[in-house]
Amino acid sequence: MSVVVDAERELLDEIRRIAGEVAAPVADEVDRDSRFPIEALDALRSAGALSAAVPDALGGPGASLEAIARCCYELARGCSSTAMVFAMHQIQVMTIARHLDGSPWYEGYLRDLHREQRLIASATSEVGTGGDMARSIAAVTPSEAGELEFEKQAPTVSYGAHADDLLTTLRRAPDAESGDQVLVLTRSDQMTLEPAGAWDTLGMRGTCSPGFVVRGKFGPEQVLQVPFSDVMNQSIVPLSHILWSHVWLGIATEAFERARAFVRASARQKPGEPVPAARRLSEVMAELALLRGEVSQALADFIAFDTDPGRERLMTMASVLRFNNLKLAASEQTPRVCGGALEAIGILGYKNDTPYSVGRHLRDALSARLMVANERLLATDATLLAIAKEA
Amino acid sequence: MSAETNTAIREVLREHARLPVDVDTLSDDADLFTAGMTSHASVNLMLALEDAFDIEFPDRMLTRSVFESIGAITGAIDEIAVQNGQAA
Repeated sequence: MSVVVDAERELLDEIRRIAGEVAAPVADEVDRDSRFPIEALDALRSAGALSAAVPDALGGPGASLEAIARCCYELARGCSSTAMVFAMHQIQVMTIARHLDGSPWYEGYLRDLHREQRLIASATSEVGTGGDMARSIAAVTPSEAGELEFEKQAPTVSYGAHADDLLTTLRRAPDAESGDQVLVLTRSDQMTLEPAGAWDTLGMRGTCSPGFVVRGKFGPEQVLQVPFSDVMNQSIVPLSHILWSHVWLGIATEAFERARAFVRASARQKPGEPVPAARRLSEVMAELALLRGEVSQALADFIAFDTDPGRERLMTMASVLRFNNLKLAASEQTPRVCGGALEAIGILGYKNDTPYSVGRHLRDALSARLMVANERLLATDATLLAIAKEA
Repeated sequence: MSAETNTAIREVLREHARLPVDVDTLSDDADLFTAGMTSHASVNLMLALEDAFDIEFPDRMLTRSVFESIGAITGAIDEIAVQNGQAA
């Protein structure tokens, strides 16, 4: 037990060092040039952090969800894009680990991922489905010699050009219904990604998430056999909302800390005189406390729900509402905190070249409401509220 | 389970599940989601079942698996009836 705790403490120390010494110094450049934060990813690889969530039974460190979430938060203090890439990758790793169901191919894959520090991207959205992850058009299709193949038009694949492997949602077979989906993992030598469009955005510019036409050829053992609806409800959706919201909390905290530094500097300049920005900062602190409270509680709730035999509780509507609430609340609250920090700081926060600049944080934070559109979650909640009794 | 319960469930399905196939062609263990029931229709089905049987599904039962077949729905309704002290 204490060995695990020590290992997690070491991981967190290393992540904090990478966030502060590697990711933060180039965060403005990554943002300005919309380039992949390659030096931070190299450092995460060297630290073995890409396989942090690989279970110890498969030779990995088996870090807890709390530790991974904390890593997302710490990285986001330094660079939002680095943190979001790390979070998305960990979601794929945890999803595979939780649902591989004894598959020798997937167990071997996670061992390789640990040894080689492979980076997984995902292609779950698709042109023509209107953003509904629960439907696919592209299908697992028989190819020659018992092999399988697919071609998928993906509107956004975050860090697609920089990932080693890809987790893709597909219809189970060419004649399957749109909701009858499976997950397929393809390795870099089994697929091609043809770029379709650029990634020139308001924020989260370093995640480099343009569209791609993805073509893969793979063996039947690479189809994860568990029904995708289980994988989605038990892992992908709640884990995404939990790790994303830890990234957002890190962004908001960094914006707040810059405002706090501004207030301290102002107070030092004229000791004894009231600092007008301090009053606004007090309000922002309360907003940040609300965000932190919801993010922490949702993590605790997930861990409690997850102990249920067969993960039944994560399959309930109450659970869907619980983690939708986290996403809705955190994605609204994060830009509010960043905007409040900007108001407290004033012009030095609005400028992009001061120690108190928070424009990047605000722009990055605005992505939160859109990555899985809040409108879609509100529509889902509206339906479920008609029947769910708790929450 | 009684034949009346089965008939009543099929009647509610016909009205609310918006299936592209005839309910009578489905066996008791046929997967309703595979047969084309959407998530949205499944919520309406749950509401209609609560109304038809004068019951309330507790949150722990509001999962996809409880409503995925006529057999599974019957099991859930029987379980609630037992809890309410009625003969199923």
